[in-house]
Amino acid sequence: MNKVTTVEEAFSHIKDGDTIMVGGFLMCGSPEYLIHTFLDHPSKGLTIVNNDMGEYGSSLTPLLASGRVTDLICTWIVRNPAAQEMYKANPKCLHINPQGTLTERIRAGGFGIAAFYTPTGVGTIIEEGKDTRWFNGRKYIMETALRANVAFIHAEIADEMGNIFMKGSSKNYNAAMATAADYVIVEANHIVPVGEIDPELVTVSGIYVNAVVPVPQKD
Amino acid sequence: MDNKNIIARRVAQMLHDGEVVNLGVGIPQLVANWLPEGVELIVHAENGIIGAGGYSEEGKGDPNVVDAGGMMIDIKPGAQFIISTDSFGAIRGGHIDMTILGAYQVDSKGNLANWCLPNKMGGIGGAMDLVSGAKQVVVAMEHTQKGNPKIVENCTFALTGAGVVDYIVTEMGFMHVTEKGIVLEEINPNYTVEQVLAATDARLIVPVDLKAMDVID
Repeated sequence: MNKVTTVEEAFSHIKDGDTIMVGGFLMCGSPEYLIHTFLDHPSKGLTIVNNDMGEYGSSLTPLLASGRVTDLICTWIVRNPAAQEMYKANPKCLHINPQGTLTERIRAGGFGIAAFYTPTGVGTIIEEGKDTRWFNGRKYIMETALRANVAFIHAEIADEMGNIFMKGSSKNYNAAMATAADYVIVEANHIVPVGEIDPELVTVSGIYVNAVVPVPQKD
Repeated sequence: MDNKNIIARRVAQMLHDGEVVNLGVGIPQLVANWLPEGVELIVHAENGIIGAGGYSEEGKGDPNVVDAGGMMIDIKPGAQFIISTDSFGAIRGGHIDMTILGAYQVDSKGNLANWCLPNKMGGIGGAMDLVSGAKQVVVAMEHTQKGNPKIVENCTFALTGAGVVDYIVTEMGFMHVTEKGIVLEEINPNYTVEQVLAATDARLIVPVDLKAMDVID
């Protein structure tokens, strides 16, 4: 039941060609310790799922610049120069989604829904090549669920069972992504014994989590 | 007063106490500075806050409390932190009264282009969800881009949404997008109708009871 482990052990589950969901919205709730440590991992041919691919100072920038990532599933890449370079070299590497569609695809992936209909993007390039259907006089686009092999999640506090408290607006994508990957790695600023987190304040249950890794704290 | 504040001030007059709004970057963010007395808004920040406040004082912000631009902000009493899926559920579900955003182009059918310029890739972010889900879509922008009209007959840039825009507010006037086309309901008294028409690439309907836009110098 104790899921606290080392980052090396957690990363041993990652292989070439994997899809990795990375929580966070810009730098808020970004699992920077995991991404930074992952820069030394040998895996390649990776697909990264993240809202915005972070910012210039984010560890996602060197990861994308490393050539190990082939595909980006995201909503926005304005602040990551490495993502811009990848797009210029090969526009097909970029799989852009409306934000509500991306987050709902992840939720669907985690919660057993194969696909859903959304009005977002009707009449835009997002509609191209997708099934559409009318409900109550309005057109909707069918979008499919998204899952990953691995998820990198940031938490303020985790207990040894993997129950998580996420602070403020750092919940963003972290909460849904924690349910939508085969192997879920949580970095936590603080790790506490089971029972220490008030059940009323558990953002995500430990049942979705495979590994909890402590973030080294500066004194 | 500069163009941006003229626009923000007029948009602010559209709002009612207790309305839930999402403010895009730039001019829309200035709207909060011009709210009429007694009007308090509930600001939705799509990254996960209902009840967002202004920027935090230098050195007093919490990196876990940011707006959709990644800036540290305060929250208002009665706020809630929400996860991304719930934030966009609130948008798609019609729980946002008004979204106020900028544009590269708006056309006479209410089509909006504000995410992608030709040969450049920025990203969609939350814009497509907001324009399709919010009850009212207000474009707050300068009338032209360095003299080039942004209100056009047909958008040529990639669309953010089709037939979604309800109102366009610029420094020249206040426009309502209707089934018949764009109606110039109010004009900034510092401009003539001819000047507005010359700065617009779409057919503008000018009603006989054209009103003066409330502008302070």
